[in-house]
Amino acid sequence: MANAQKNSHEAIERNVALMIVLTLLTVSVGGLVEIVPLFFQHSLTKPVVHTKDAQGKPVEVEIKPYDALRLAGRDIYIREGCYNCHSQMVRPFRAETERYGHFSVAAESIYDHPFQWGSKRTGPDLARVGGRYSDSWHRDHLINPRSVVPDSNMPAFPWLDRPVDASMIKEKMQTLRIVGVPYTDAEIAAAPSALTGKSEMDALVAYLQGLGTALSNFK
Amino acid sequence: MMSADFTSNFWNLYVIVLIVFGVGLCLFVLMTNNKRHTGPVEVQPHVWDETLAEYNNPLPRWWLYLFWATVIFSIVYLAIYPGLGNFQGFLNWSSVGQYEQEMAKAKQKYDTIYAKFRGQGIEALARNAEARAMGGRLFATYCAQCHGADAKGAPGFPNLTDNDWLWGGEPDTIVQTITNGRIGVMTPFDGVLSPTEVTDVANYVRSLSNLPNSAEAAQRGAMVFAANCVVCHGPDGRGQPLLGAPNLTDNIWLVSSSQAQIEKNVREGRNNRMPGFGDFLGEDKVRLLAAYVWGLSNK
Ligand code: HEC
Ligand code: HEC
Ligand code: HEC
Repeated sequence: MANAQKNSHEAIERNVALMIVLTLLTVSVGGLVEIVPLFFQHSLTKPVVHTKDAQGKPVEVEIKPYDALRLAGRDIYIREGCYNCHSQMVRPFRAETERYGHFSVAAESIYDHPFQWGSKRTGPDLARVGGRYSDSWHRDHLINPRSVVPDSNMPAFPWLDRPVDASMIKEKMQTLRIVGVPYTDAEIAAAPSALTGKSEMDALVAYLQGLGTALSNFK
Repeated sequence: MMSADFTSNFWNLYVIVLIVFGVGLCLFVLMTNNKRHTGPVEVQPHVWDETLAEYNNPLPRWWLYLFWATVIFSIVYLAIYPGLGNFQGFLNWSSVGQYEQEMAKAKQKYDTIYAKFRGQGIEALARNAEARAMGGRLFATYCAQCHGADAKGAPGFPNLTDNDWLWGGEPDTIVQTITNGRIGVMTPFDGVLSPTEVTDVANYVRSLSNLPNSAEAAQRGAMVFAANCVVCHGPDGRGQPLLGAPNLTDNIWLVSSSQAQIEKNVREGRNNRMPGFGDFLGEDKVRLLAAYVWGLSNK
């Protein structure tokens, strides 16, 4: 052992603490360069999307936080695993925008914790589904997809007619406020009453009808 | 479009410094390990379990060259693509820019085709085989998921081939329907009408299309109809295109003619929506679609 010559990497290999520090530094460079600066970009942190109106004039559209009913609907969307088959991300390709409408932009999911972009499309993308169908179409479709789309292989969700759980909605909104969703005290106080008498179906349909409407090409 | 819109220039510099430092460090490590190995194989100075030693071979050359290639790649990449903070790269590339280019190219290609059809009336287009074929393909892309691939409709979505219209079948009306969309609203009668009245009026509605019904109930239902339904469906039940209220006498149904479904319509009302495609598709495509749809009922 003693008679072999010293190598430059010997110092790192024999000092565990130095090895750990250098390893951590190396693996964190990607995150430091690619992730950290994202928190300091206007287009990713402001609830505003820049687009053009019908005349081609630039306009700014403000993204609004989910109201209590849509927020509850979003949780049902996640609970039922809709994301397993539906993405919410129209990519900036002609093949996608010709079908779904304007491509998705980051600010649209600024109040999504977590976002529902996904990449699995057993069913169509839902990022711009808001306003495309009537409420009653959504009800019929969710209770039994085959009743409106004969060849559909989407599962039925017939149990959604039960009352929506309002017991945690205030806490949920308070928690979201901590991570930056600007709910006011008044909005939080009014949340439980916004859910009284509503079914899970009402909440889920309200959520779907709001999806992507900020940049929708549909009337 | 800027590559990055940092809240302050600090983040621009931060990214540049980290990247330049990282690439520089790689270069340094590569250069200091670039010497070829000569002489006998070195053995690392540590030994475990009495005899277990480790060779200190240099990196194989081909592997070292791969590292060099990645460094050169990163430098070329950072020069032409965005990555180095606010620097856009010499190609001025952005994903939105690429998208807009793709769209402009498609517009150029297809505009000449659409240009031929501008200024032609809808009826003329419906008789033009090329226009009809294009309309059919557009229909398959944008309309089939609701109206069916054969345009014969689906429950709640009207059949577009039967020359029976909710909103009217004139060419211009169809253009209006596709451009602005339609919302067909029937108010719910739950609570307004008693359950017997609902059953009665449903019997009356079925009698209008000569479907099996209880004559007695239908007779009572006629009065309920006169009091509640004629505002929209008209005194004889033949509908009113201005409101999108369907003709109830032609045995053509949005969902079904069953007693249960008619009662459901009356109790719960209807709220049906055809989305407006004007902004999405533009006038050229809407007119081809209108010609195709009009042609399905006017052969
Ligand atoms: C097993 C996969 C699967 C799951 C899970 C699923 N879907 Fe679907 N979904 C589909 C398929 C396939 C279609 C296309 C056929 C159809 O319209 O029914 C579809 C269509 C839709 C559409 C119509 C979209 C359009 O643009 O035409 C909506 C809205 C929708 N699903 C909502 C939901 C919701 C909400 C949930 C969760 C409660 C859900 N889906 C769960 C597969 C799925
Ligand atoms: C999201 C589902 C949906 C899509 C997609 C859709 N439609 Fe419709 N369409 C409807 C519904 C629902 C109605 C009935 C509206 C009502 O009840 O008043 C309708 C009505 C119509 C009518 C009026 C029929 C009448 O009897 O007056 C026409 C014409 C029509 N659609 C054409 C089209 C064309 C062309 C397209 C493709 C560009 C299209 N639709 C795409 C749902 C859809
Ligand atoms: C406010 C106007 C309005 C009134 C009042 C109204 N309807 Fe309707 N009705 C409509 C419209 C619009 C539709 C088409 C809805 C759609 O497109 O889905 C419709 C659809 C229907 C249908 C389904 C037709 C089909 O083709 O499947 C039936 C049945 C019906 N109405 C019966 C009645 C009866 C019975 C009454 C009175 C108790 C009544 N309506 C009152 C507007 C009205």
